[in-house]
Amino acid sequence: MTLLDITLLTPLVGGLLLALIGHRPLGGWVNVAVGAVTFGAAFAMALEVFEHGPQLSGGRMFYIDAFNVYLVALTAFVGMTTSIFSRPYMRHEVERGRVSDRRLRLYHSMYQCFLFSMLLALSTNNLGVLWVAMEAATLTTVLLVSLYRTPESIEAAWKYFILCGVGIAQALFGTVLIYFAAETKLGGDRDDTLLWTVLHDVAGGGLDPAVITLAFVFLLVGYGTKVGLVPLHNWLPDAHSEGPTPMSAVLSGLLLNVALYALVRVKMLVDASLHTNLAGQLMMGFGLLSFTVAGLFLHRQHDVKRMFSYSSIEHMGLITFGFGIGAPLATFGALLHMTVHSLTKSAIFITVGHACQLAGTQRIDQIRGLIRTQPAIGWGLLLGTIAIAGFPPFGVFISEFLLLMATMKTWPWLTIPLLVGFGVAFAGLFRHLQRMVFGEPPPGQKPVAANMLPVVVHLLLVLWLGLAIPGFLSRWFEQATVLISGASPL
Amino acid sequence: MGIGSLELYSQAIILFSALALFTSFIMLAQARMMPLIFTFAWQGLLLAVVSVLVAIVSEHPHPYVSAALTFTLKVVVIPWLLYRLSVQLDMQYDAEPITHPTLLLLGGAGLVLFSYFVAQSIVHLSGLATRNIIAVSIAIELLGMLLMCARKSAVAQVIGFMSMESGIFFAAVVSTYGMPLIVELGVAFDILVAAVLFGVFFFHLRDSFGSLDVGQFNRLSEASQPMPAREAPGTAVTEQHP
Repeated sequence: MTLLDITLLTPLVGGLLLALIGHRPLGGWVNVAVGAVTFGAAFAMALEVFEHGPQLSGGRMFYIDAFNVYLVALTAFVGMTTSIFSRPYMRHEVERGRVSDRRLRLYHSMYQCFLFSMLLALSTNNLGVLWVAMEAATLTTVLLVSLYRTPESIEAAWKYFILCGVGIAQALFGTVLIYFAAETKLGGDRDDTLLWTVLHDVAGGGLDPAVITLAFVFLLVGYGTKVGLVPLHNWLPDAHSEGPTPMSAVLSGLLLNVALYALVRVKMLVDASLHTNLAGQLMMGFGLLSFTVAGLFLHRQHDVKRMFSYSSIEHMGLITFGFGIGAPLATFGALLHMTVHSLTKSAIFITVGHACQLAGTQRIDQIRGLIRTQPAIGWGLLLGTIAIAGFPPFGVFISEFLLLMATMKTWPWLTIPLLVGFGVAFAGLFRHLQRMVFGEPPPGQKPVAANMLPVVVHLLLVLWLGLAIPGFLSRWFEQATVLISGASPL
Repeated sequence: MGIGSLELYSQAIILFSALALFTSFIMLAQARMMPLIFTFAWQGLLLAVVSVLVAIVSEHPHPYVSAALTFTLKVVVIPWLLYRLSVQLDMQYDAEPITHPTLLLLGGAGLVLFSYFVAQSIVHLSGLATRNIIAVSIAIELLGMLLMCARKSAVAQVIGFMSMESGIFFAAVVSTYGMPLIVELGVAFDILVAAVLFGVFFFHLRDSFGSLDVGQFNRLSEASQPMPAREAPGTAVTEQHP
């Protein structure tokens, strides 16, 4: 059994096991244990790939290279830390009577199935299976968004289901078109035409440009819906704000990354066969639009989780923009930003989850005085928001700075909307933050049981990435950058 | 090239695809639930028949698999599931007013033209006997999407969604004789799970909203923030007049 098998099978088996015992007090611990084993295997696999180069599994079903292995490790890591947070959080929800035993079992089981489908999407070599796994990621989370069964949550889940379903169906059509293009090139008697490794080899020889362009448009709309690109983002704030907070953390920190990963993989094919920057320019356009619009929407939010999900759209827009530029420096920055955004945003959602339990509401104007009632939560929210807004010395600053530098070198006049966008988003986050953290706490507000360990670990990692990117990680990003953009940034 | 000069099988393929496209239009204009579900099943059957014909013409075993999957899912399982749910939810005689039928059907016709326009740039690549109906498959997909946009009832939206998936599946059959087996099975599995989940949601929707009309969703739109349902009565007033 290889490390990849362990990484993939552990969450799947864990999900099945938790479908039986997920409602017991033990369930939360099993969830943590499964997450830990997955992360251990993923991390060991990452080291292996780092030392020995890309791995193609037997039967060519799975392909692990520098690009996806770091996302696999990141996904497993955030999956593990969020499961640590989810144990006391869900116990509190059960005590408040918002979640019954059956739903707790569903929650635990689907949590692991969701992780499985994301890891499958990241590690598969087959574009068709990638689509299947992305759809499975929607299906596993849709019942979790409506876990509380409030009218709002059901509305959010329905929207999520329909919009993501329609969106991702376009991606399936794009996949069919890519298959069509490759088959006319390779002949129809092979069964490996949808394998990414095969496609990437043949793309250099030129797939038909008309078909590939059409396919990319469909794929961009499809996976772009899941990334949350404006104007296809409507599902995202609803799904993030109405579901249980651990789901918001993994949706925001991980699922968006995985969808963007799929898009970048396809872009690599398109770039190789078109020899123009069409795909990149489309991504830049959508990215910049999302970045700007989401930044503006930050200002008119009244729900704290909704606000931070708009912040996720904003950051995903920035990353899409970075990958769209396509220059090595921009790609490096985008990869780094994916990592730091995942870590920071999941830390923020964890803190926000506790803050909402503390205040008993998600409404910004009713969350007050966190730092006086429970300093750990108050400071966590303050530092997390400072980090996500891009203040030095946190890692988000470095990646945003790199992206800004890359923009200056390639499309200088686009630095203006970027800088304005940073300012707008900064103001949007901080106009609400101050009173939530420092305001006068309402009478009778009591501390809640909170496990701030994941937040501390995430923020320390982000701080570390901001002060000094460790050598092995930068070489790792460099390898991935070479894969994606064809040249080294250093 | 006139249709008369084609082989009999090719003529049959074109005929049945055209009928499948026609069912899409029927669905657009059909306001009542039961006939909508049955039309959807008919469309599945027609698409399955075309897949079988493609398999015969091409002497390629793969489209049989696609045909079997289409038949099982789109003709048997999903219509049966929807039928049973409609009976359970006591809405088999429900009808939903279609606001602008003429506009809707004209829009559908426009989408068909658009599909031919899109397909024009890619069909010349294909040497397959079925390349003429790639445009039809795109049209079925887009009409499914139009159905989802135009209707407010959850059942009609689900049917639009499934019809869209049928169109894409069909596109794979006619442009490439079907995707690799593992992908087709995976997609079919996803659709099956989606159908079951939609069923679960019908009950949730009815329990929370009293009907399956998703047009009344307004709690989460940006325009209505902050959500009125959550506001404690009186707070808004006191805030305005301190």
